[in-house]
Amino acid sequence: MLRKITLAATILFASLAPASAQTNTWTKLRIGVEGSYPPFSQIGTDGKLSGFDIDIANAVCAELKAECTFVQQEFDGMLPALNARKFDMIVASLTITEERKKAVDFSDPYYDVPSRWVAKAGAFKDASPASLKGKKIIVLRNSPRAKYVADNYKESEVLLAPKETEVYLELSAGRGDIALGSSVVSSEALLKKPEGKGFEQVGPVVRLAGGSGVGIAVRKTDPDLKEKINGAIKAIRANGVYNTLQKKYFDFDVSPDQ
Amino acid sequence: MIDWPIIIEALPEFFQGLKITLILLAISMSAGFVLALPLAIARVSPNPWLSRPVWVYTYVFRGTPLLVQLFMIYYGLAQFEWVRETAAWYLLKSAWFCAWLAFVLNTTAYTTEIFAGALRTTPPGELEAARSLGMSTVQIYMRILVPSALRRALPQYGNEVVMMMHATAIASAVSLVELTRVARDVYTNTLMPVEAFGTVAVFYFVLTFSMVGVFKLLERRFLVHLRPRRSQTDPGLVPNVH
Repeated sequence: MLRKITLAATILFASLAPASAQTNTWTKLRIGVEGSYPPFSQIGTDGKLSGFDIDIANAVCAELKAECTFVQQEFDGMLPALNARKFDMIVASLTITEERKKAVDFSDPYYDVPSRWVAKAGAFKDASPASLKGKKIIVLRNSPRAKYVADNYKESEVLLAPKETEVYLELSAGRGDIALGSSVVSSEALLKKPEGKGFEQVGPVVRLAGGSGVGIAVRKTDPDLKEKINGAIKAIRANGVYNTLQKKYFDFDVSPDQ
Repeated sequence: MIDWPIIIEALPEFFQGLKITLILLAISMSAGFVLALPLAIARVSPNPWLSRPVWVYTYVFRGTPLLVQLFMIYYGLAQFEWVRETAAWYLLKSAWFCAWLAFVLNTTAYTTEIFAGALRTTPPGELEAARSLGMSTVQIYMRILVPSALRRALPQYGNEVVMMMHATAIASAVSLVELTRVARDVYTNTLMPVEAFGTVAVFYFVLTFSMVGVFKLLERRFLVHLRPRRSQTDPGLVPNVH
């Protein structure tokens, strides 16, 4: 009986071991993407994924000569799914933060979009803490921007919205006076739409201290993959592919080190 | 395996969330109870001008998800410029008011049907006895129909309270920081799903079973006449269930 258990255990462990011992050459990659963050990641009426994130992922794959498949995943469960090996890397506009660095590793940033204040036209002449004293600021919950507002606008009220697109719903509904959002998403989700009529950007772009852009996430156990991705990002930025892609979506430079 | 320090550090936030959950539940259920009673009486009325509108109301609100109702109130109404210019906007601006309104409209619809069902199943003998004593319709409602219906509705009403307690999680969608929102924040900030959602599950579990316990006691008190009576001569005949 005991021998049988030992045998079974040996077989079990033997079958588990190769997964970690095997050296992976990364010729096949599964990429976690989000699909609801225009213009970075979206699903068309034909059910196809498109957007800047998707194009960057494809360009990196071409550079690595890897065969890639996309796995769509809710943003909330993205990092645990990576560590649970549902996919090998995440290309989903993931901002590099200290908290996330504890759970996963990040590549060098592949884009960096500043934040921007948005409010009813003419409501504010600037967005200084003095001008916003006693006013209600709308910002995305648990985001680096929310932390920035909490740290710098202590005399303002804050409304924390659960999703970036809801920040603009709350603003156009009048539940707050001014919003701090991604400069790109605020123009896609509000200013370019009919609901955005009468709203304008307030003050210059905001670059958060300690904000280090958006990177591709990989598991901490795969430093070799991280190096390969960093090489690929460097290559597409050098050979012009990156610039062609960003011109498709933006009329300004989103590259991380301007 | 389990990162206990994360849970312990987040406990004050969880208790704060518990407070919000309980306040939401209390203000919704009390308003729902008060509204459902007259609506249930209207619902069983032979007069179609009374019963039909209530029927339409309960069908609409039982036929759509609570989340959709909340979104309609919170985001939907805000879409119209003229709504934002009325005095009601002062209330609709608040996430608390919108959540309360949606919960009350929803639970009142269900509670109305529960009470109406209990009213309909009044034993005819009780009514005949009341009439033969010469009671007026109002007296019959006050003394016979409503008290006996509320007793019979107790088990179902207990379920409704527990369901509503679980439904308060929906308030997290409109920026109220109740239990579920706290769990999601802890998860987002620590990326530890088991610690965050496991803890909140324990909170809900304890809440649910406390409520079930309270309703068990209430049933024992108010439905004592419906329980199998223990025989004096042969105590072994009726199984001692509880």
